[in-house]
Amino acid sequence: MLLVPCPWCGPRGSAEFRFVGDASSRPDASAPKPDEWRAYLYAQANEADWTTETWYHRAGCRRYFKVERHRVSNEVRSAP
Amino acid sequence: MLVRHGLRNRPWPRAWRAPDLRAAYDVVIVGAGVHGLATAYYLARNFGVTNVAVIDKGYIGGGGSGRNTAIVRSNYLTPEGVAFYDRSVKLYEQLAAELNFNVMFSQRGHLTLAHNDSSLRTMRWRAEVNKLQGVDSEVIGPDEIARLVPFMDVSEHTRYPILGALYHPPGGTIRHDAVNWGYARAADAMGVEIHQQTELLGIDVVDDEVVGVTTSRGHISTPVVVNCTAGWSSLISAMAGITLPISTHPLEAAVTEPVKPFLHTVVVSGTLHVYVSQTDRGELVFGASTDSVASYSMRGSLAFCEELAGHVLELMPSLSKLRVLRQWAGLCDMTPDFSPVMGVTPVQGFLVDVGWGTYGFKAGPVSGEAMAELIATGKTPEMIAPFDLARFPEGRLVGEKGAAAVGH
Repeated sequence: MLLVPCPWCGPRGSAEFRFVGDASSRPDASAPKPDEWRAYLYAQANEADWTTETWYHRAGCRRYFKVERHRVSNEVRSAP
Repeated sequence: MLVRHGLRNRPWPRAWRAPDLRAAYDVVIVGAGVHGLATAYYLARNFGVTNVAVIDKGYIGGGGSGRNTAIVRSNYLTPEGVAFYDRSVKLYEQLAAELNFNVMFSQRGHLTLAHNDSSLRTMRWRAEVNKLQGVDSEVIGPDEIARLVPFMDVSEHTRYPILGALYHPPGGTIRHDAVNWGYARAADAMGVEIHQQTELLGIDVVDDEVVGVTTSRGHISTPVVVNCTAGWSSLISAMAGITLPISTHPLEAAVTEPVKPFLHTVVVSGTLHVYVSQTDRGELVFGASTDSVASYSMRGSLAFCEELAGHVLELMPSLSKLRVLRQWAGLCDMTPDFSPVMGVTPVQGFLVDVGWGTYGFKAGPVSGEAMAELIATGKTPEMIAPFDLARFPEGRLVGEKGAAAVGH
């Protein structure tokens, strides 16, 4: 099981968390473009490398936060 | 004859060649799994296109095609899905005779259990969609489930009582390695070249058109590249500048020690995230749902084994003394609508047959047949038109989650 470094609760087992996905940024809501929003919804970089991702500590402090994880080795480190 | 040859201590004849890589091919297929090999086979058989190279960085059937739990069925939820997988079942039924290779297809029946009212409702829905399209599928009650699977706990007072099941008699299991080898041998005999240990390093695109590929064994000129990979499909598409709506997740599976045959159907429980069948050798094969955390890691985990054991014993308490022999993981390319991505891309000559999630093996033959038609004629066959890449920017998703999320 992965140990996920929660910035509030410290390292905890991944079963307490929900993996939300890539930490992508939302398109500008004041000038919505369908292409941008659909790309935001569906397109995935899915790199076999270090990625920045969002996690949710559902069985803990219920915060959303970012971590960096290597998608091949599953090594996890806190996002800067 | 097999016995005679075995006793003579001579090398066995090779089932396929290991040729040198040539400088140009009409078609380069990336991935020597069931999808890539079936595409090559149907290209050669149906359209006479044999100047084809199938390249793979590993060996034949070493990815998802050799890691799946070998279940074949066609009781999907959407009419598009049912028509598609039913064609695959039909092709699998004649495959052994066609390839002259025993693929051990056993249509032993497939049960998807319902543990609550909403899944029973979805089963009913699926059964009606299936029957309308001529696929044998029916909702049955606990009594009949107990008759089909005597070891199942169908009592009312379990944590997840079994309220019914979707029974799909033509579903079953197949020897996945035999399917890969059979397709490889037949394609090779017709002139297709299979290059194992040949890694794709880059795709050359000029003016949005494919002109060639770079591999670990040299450069190839080709106007057509078909991405038939699982696990690495995003990375390979990125070489052509295409971003896919795919997230790669591991899925773990395990087998037990062999025991006498007692389980004569495939049993699936979406609620308990488990499916089980018994092989001809007597081992029980278990699979689960995909890991919710995206990863390219194929390591097994104790957490999986513990969870699996709990769920299996919920269904069949009498298996508590069985020992697990081995466990492994495969990579599943999940799409947002639990349907594949097939067909053309904005880059001319770069085709995809990817995003097969947890249902790729059962679709191997029909995908190969349809992709071969697309490559040879340049027209997208109607059967795969709903699964095009453009459905994501255009917002017309297929929605197969009710039948494909866990159901194997």
